[in-house]
Amino acid sequence: MWCAEGSTANVAVITEHGEQFTYADVMRATDELARHVSDRCLVFCLCRNCIGSLIGYIAFLSNGIVPLLVDAKTEKGGLSRLSDSYKPRFFWLPEEMLSDFPECAPVYSVHGYSLVRTPHPDGYPLFKDLALLMTTSGSTGGRKLVRQSYANLDANAESIVSYLELDASERSITTLPMNYSYGLSIINSHLRVGASLILTEKAVVQKEFWQQFDTYQATSFGGVPYTFELLHRLKFTRMKLPSLRTMTQAGGRLSPELQRHFGEFAEQSGRRFFVMYGQTEATARMSYLPGDRVLDKCGSIGIAIPGGSLSLIDNDGVGIVEHGVAGELVYTGSNVTLGYAEEGGDLTKDDEWKGRLHTGDIAEVDGDGFYWIVGRKKRFLKIYGNRVNLDEVEALLKEALDTSEVACAGFDDHLHVFVTDENLIDRAGRFIVDQTGLNRLAVFVSFIEAIPKNEAGKVLYSSLQRAVVPDE
Amino acid sequence: MSNSNKYDTAFIETFQVDAQQLSGLQYQDIKEWDSIGHMQLMSVLEEAFSVELDIDDIIDFSSYEKGKEILSKYGVSMANE
Repeated sequence: MWCAEGSTANVAVITEHGEQFTYADVMRATDELARHVSDRCLVFCLCRNCIGSLIGYIAFLSNGIVPLLVDAKTEKGGLSRLSDSYKPRFFWLPEEMLSDFPECAPVYSVHGYSLVRTPHPDGYPLFKDLALLMTTSGSTGGRKLVRQSYANLDANAESIVSYLELDASERSITTLPMNYSYGLSIINSHLRVGASLILTEKAVVQKEFWQQFDTYQATSFGGVPYTFELLHRLKFTRMKLPSLRTMTQAGGRLSPELQRHFGEFAEQSGRRFFVMYGQTEATARMSYLPGDRVLDKCGSIGIAIPGGSLSLIDNDGVGIVEHGVAGELVYTGSNVTLGYAEEGGDLTKDDEWKGRLHTGDIAEVDGDGFYWIVGRKKRFLKIYGNRVNLDEVEALLKEALDTSEVACAGFDDHLHVFVTDENLIDRAGRFIVDQTGLNRLAVFVSFIEAIPKNEAGKVLYSSLQRAVVPDE
Repeated sequence: MSNSNKYDTAFIETFQVDAQQLSGLQYQDIKEWDSIGHMQLMSVLEEAFSVELDIDDIIDFSSYEKGKEILSKYGVSMANE
């Protein structure tokens, strides 16, 4: 799945320090690393956006060794729980973390990363098509993993290459962790066509990020909604970035205001802006809004990616064909992953989903065949008999209060709203009562220092939920 | 409250850290100081000192010490208080 033939001399990677690695360099390094792992087994890859981490990932995936990608910043306890559950034979980790793993024996080191043998020599049997394990985005410390196959990765990368029209002239700068499926999909799709990756651990709020962007002439980057909120605050559209060609957005719903803002910027400056939708359960990508429809279909998740299809079903699982009728969004395609794993014994499981994924998102389709997400299956409350969709209330509040820093959670008859500005408490409460007709007593608005979010900027509703549900 | 005190308080309250941790503290040294925490800190400082920071200064604000240097350009002096 890597690199078109004849492009081995192309630059695959440019590091933070400006080192360049051609595809031939990468292949030599990955072959060497793979020699130290004798046969197919499970390896935990503790990821950073750096060359060592990437070489590990490529080496394992290309040699039938199954990596689990986790953030190198994962706290030790969470990592131990995962390791106890899945019993990897090796860890591939940053050298400076070696001392945190005294029970492991170093085997080989290169580019600041080390392969260490764990005390689990045997491990669990691995299903023959299993290529890669990813944590489910949004959850931290959980043991639930998504099982991805070689065919899944291949299909999704090929599809992304096709609709983004990627070629070897692209240079994408990393803005997302490689252990996050969207971040990884950018890596996979670019390596597939012999393009370059500018690997950086720096964030868009750091000067060094923009220096790298400029020095190495980045042509594209991806971002979650929060990235675009930051870019907006940093007056991104005023920056001089002559090399920039394409921006992509996924990982959650971008507010229509920001979508319009960046869509107009793209249109006026001759750039491309793609709004996309996906889940780790579908390897990464399921739909995209073609660049020329970003403004007139603002808010839509677009159409299915090449090779996939979207449809809607009602509560009884019956297909919905009418326009404008909401139902659960179902995706079909060869990038639908094999299923979940909850423990090591699950790694031997066959393909459970068979190419069909129930997304858990509620959507509608319009007359032009564009899909619109209107909610999520599980995030609703029944308050005094009324069904209240938390995502909808949140979206309304964001608009009414003109802030993105608001989140809703709740339980039986209690709708909890969190705002990060104390001055908004009264207005938020009044607005909800006006909008929903709910009794004011059902609405609890509280101040919170910051809305808890994961590294990708997704709101951690589970942690808000814990704050509002009374102890048993 | 002196400027130094206000400055320290902004860090302490935004990142929930102790005063002893401030010296030498850099972006991403603690998990609280990520991009989200960074923008929060900028807002808090802007409010505390009634200034509006330029984008170039926001992205250059890489450490506790660097921030003092940047704020001095806005007439917020923390020396010899």
